[in-house]
Amino acid sequence: MSNTAWETLSNQAVATAGIVYFLALVVYLAEWAALRQPAAERELVGAGAPAREGKPQGSDGSGTRGASPREGRVAFLGRLALLLTAIAGAAHLVGLVGRGMAADPNRVPWGNMYEFTLSGTFVVTLLYLVLYRKYALGWMGPLVVGFVVATLMVAVIWLYDAVAPLTEALNSPWLVIHVVSAVIATGAFTLGGIASIMYLVRSRAERRAEAAGRRLGGWLARVPRLDALDRLAYRVHAFAFPVWTFAVLITGPIWAHEAWSRYWNWDPKEVWAFITWVVYAGYLHARATAGWKGRKAAMLALVGVATLWFNFIGINYFSTTSQHSYAAERVVDVPAPGVPASRP
Amino acid sequence: MSGSAERRPGELTARELGRWAWRQITSMRTALMLLLLLALAAIPGSVIPQADVDSLAVTRWKDEHPTLTPIYEKLDLFSVYSSPWFSAVYLLLVLSLVGCIIPRLFVYYRALRAQPPAAPRHLTRMPVQASYTTDLPAAEVLERARRVLGRRHRLRASTGSTAESPGDDFVAAERGHLREAGNLVFHLSLLIVLAGVAMGSLWGYQGGVILVQGTTFSNSLTQYDDFKPGGLFRQSQLKNFRFSVDDFSVDWLKDGPRFGQARKFEAALTYRVGDGEPQTYDLKVNHPLEIDGTDVFLIGHGYAPVITIRDGSGQVVCTGPTVFLPRDASFLSYGVVKCNDARPGRIGLDGLFYPSFEMVDGNPVTVFGDDLNPTLSMLAYTGDLGLDDGSAQSVYVLDKSKATPITKEDGKPLRIDLQRGRTVELPDGLGSVTFERVDPWIRVQISQTPGKGLALAGVILALAGLCASLFIRPRRVWVRAVPADDDGEGTMNPTGGTRVEIAVLDRSGNGEMDEVLQAVVEQLQGHENVRQS
Repeated sequence: MSNTAWETLSNQAVATAGIVYFLALVVYLAEWAALRQPAAERELVGAGAPAREGKPQGSDGSGTRGASPREGRVAFLGRLALLLTAIAGAAHLVGLVGRGMAADPNRVPWGNMYEFTLSGTFVVTLLYLVLYRKYALGWMGPLVVGFVVATLMVAVIWLYDAVAPLTEALNSPWLVIHVVSAVIATGAFTLGGIASIMYLVRSRAERRAEAAGRRLGGWLARVPRLDALDRLAYRVHAFAFPVWTFAVLITGPIWAHEAWSRYWNWDPKEVWAFITWVVYAGYLHARATAGWKGRKAAMLALVGVATLWFNFIGINYFSTTSQHSYAAERVVDVPAPGVPASRP
Repeated sequence: MSGSAERRPGELTARELGRWAWRQITSMRTALMLLLLLALAAIPGSVIPQADVDSLAVTRWKDEHPTLTPIYEKLDLFSVYSSPWFSAVYLLLVLSLVGCIIPRLFVYYRALRAQPPAAPRHLTRMPVQASYTTDLPAAEVLERARRVLGRRHRLRASTGSTAESPGDDFVAAERGHLREAGNLVFHLSLLIVLAGVAMGSLWGYQGGVILVQGTTFSNSLTQYDDFKPGGLFRQSQLKNFRFSVDDFSVDWLKDGPRFGQARKFEAALTYRVGDGEPQTYDLKVNHPLEIDGTDVFLIGHGYAPVITIRDGSGQVVCTGPTVFLPRDASFLSYGVVKCNDARPGRIGLDGLFYPSFEMVDGNPVTVFGDDLNPTLSMLAYTGDLGLDDGSAQSVYVLDKSKATPITKEDGKPLRIDLQRGRTVELPDGLGSVTFERVDPWIRVQISQTPGKGLALAGVILALAGLCASLFIRPRRVWVRAVPADDDGEGTMNPTGGTRVEIAVLDRSGNGEMDEVLQAVVEQLQGHENVRQS
């Protein structure tokens, strides 16, 4: 296949992935809608639904054996949405591989912002699918898919860039190690952020339900109990933080030293990676020592995920001096007299 | 207590105040607040241009914001990361860290030497517990518990039964001490990292120099164009080496979306350390050359047109490559020539170099970064070039304040437009200017960063400690076995075998102890005959 054919394939695969993600989102929302009970039936199903925390009905087949046809429908929709998510993820992977194959010479598919965003969102999907069974993440589907489809749209509309060879500074083995670890951490932090958002949503819903003297109904009843959500968020963050440390404070400086001659240069991207690191360090610290759990910890995790994604995409629009701008080689400026400065 | 008779409520002596302040500073809450404050304090430096990162952007920003500039300067907002207020935050953080970690070191030391605590009297009142009854004698159950738990736990030394006392009726086990060790290692490693970084900024240096192809650099202070030493840098640190730039090549992309982008910068160097043998190295981006603890990086490149000036008598008075500095990514470059020895009048030139010159819609542009059609376009000056008063001048600026523009017959300034290999005669018998050829130049950064290995080791150690502190789950396990009556209750008249109680205490706050408990119970029971209680 020629390079242009690969590029076309990649673009089509990304478009397909976008559409299938969207279908998956629609099915998730249908599942969500099916979970909302008319008042008369609430009693009946409400008793069965939250029986096992966070266990998605349908993942273990209990839904189909359930008495109510509604439960069967919910389980079917859940399975269908998961299947669609997996198909979209596969198309997403084809899109990524196509990007790498389209470049001459072939390379890893993360050489500019568009490709970073493709990779980052793919890792979010992948982690979701991998952890689906272990942590019973069925409830998280609509959020994950919604996030991925929205971010993919941002990538396609605003960040798109034609396939091009790597800029010289990126042309290094560290591109693989540094970016893979950064993207894995980003994906995991994002999942942790989603768990933290749901913690806040559910705790609010629980308070309201309690005030109104009724049970928590609908989709929220499937979201794991607060303590389980809190524990899930902690675990995902505890996994992501060392990976982030490795990416930002070990491989990043080693590579920066080789490519830019200084291992830490307070480049805006570095600054924000550092800020993200500090915020998540604060999160873990707060949990470990100050006994912050639940609400406060969840808020801190959200601050962390906000700095993370601002750094991933936003900072490039605020600062033009970043050496991490990827779009093109840094433009060479007229140096101040006597102090010539230029970068390759 | 101070001896003063009347103390108002809340009044503290200096010592008490000090102790109070120390407690505040080393408290976990303060540490947390300082961490978040550090994150907050780092933000301005990412939005406002920083002098250390991009001094040019700072100058431009100051020109655009004349009213804000003095305020920002007062607040050190152009050098946030070396400003007193930023330093204050992280130094307080370090103080808080030290104040917190040192006492914990002692606590940890004592904990390491301490025995796992004895079993609480009522294990069944613990949050995670189980109990069952078995036919095995109590001693055998305890023996089995020791074997099972001893594999991965530290056990409390048992007081064997003697004539006076019947001995312990329980096994106490503990594991996961390395969690706290990891935690301590993580925090102490941060100090190592800080020490490494500090070493780099105190004893390190960064110097930059532009070298035209074919020239040689010897490592001494006078050879550098710019030099930024650390506070404690001594000149004796400069290593004795030199290198010459034999060749420089660039690969220009001639098609595709990155048309005009330069790649594969490669400078062929020959270097010698002291009086050693000459060695060669291909200097590339991402492949710095390390000579004896000093790193040489390729960080820029450009063009140096070779311009020869003959004066009125026809003699060559100035010749050689002149470094032109690129203005943008198209490598449109600016440079000056100062020829002080020309007679009858001195000759100064300043203007632009177009690597691939072309007229587009009547405007001169360079269409490509490669030197496909190198062209000079310069204005000529004569008279006082400001070189006589002995003051230092940048080689990249021509002082035109007292100079006279050389004009054509119609009175307009003379613009010298030269293709490679061409010569232009200057009017009034001043001489001629010849554009011989173009040599490439490279800009290298030469630096020493002592402590970088220490900082790296520190971070790696910190990561190892971090993983230990996150993933090791300390816990305590107790197993008690007492003779039971028929109802399975502990009794002095054993008729119904042995009652076994197990409790697990999670010490990390995040473990799933039910699974651990179940595993212990299963291992204890093995295949034995069990009466479930």
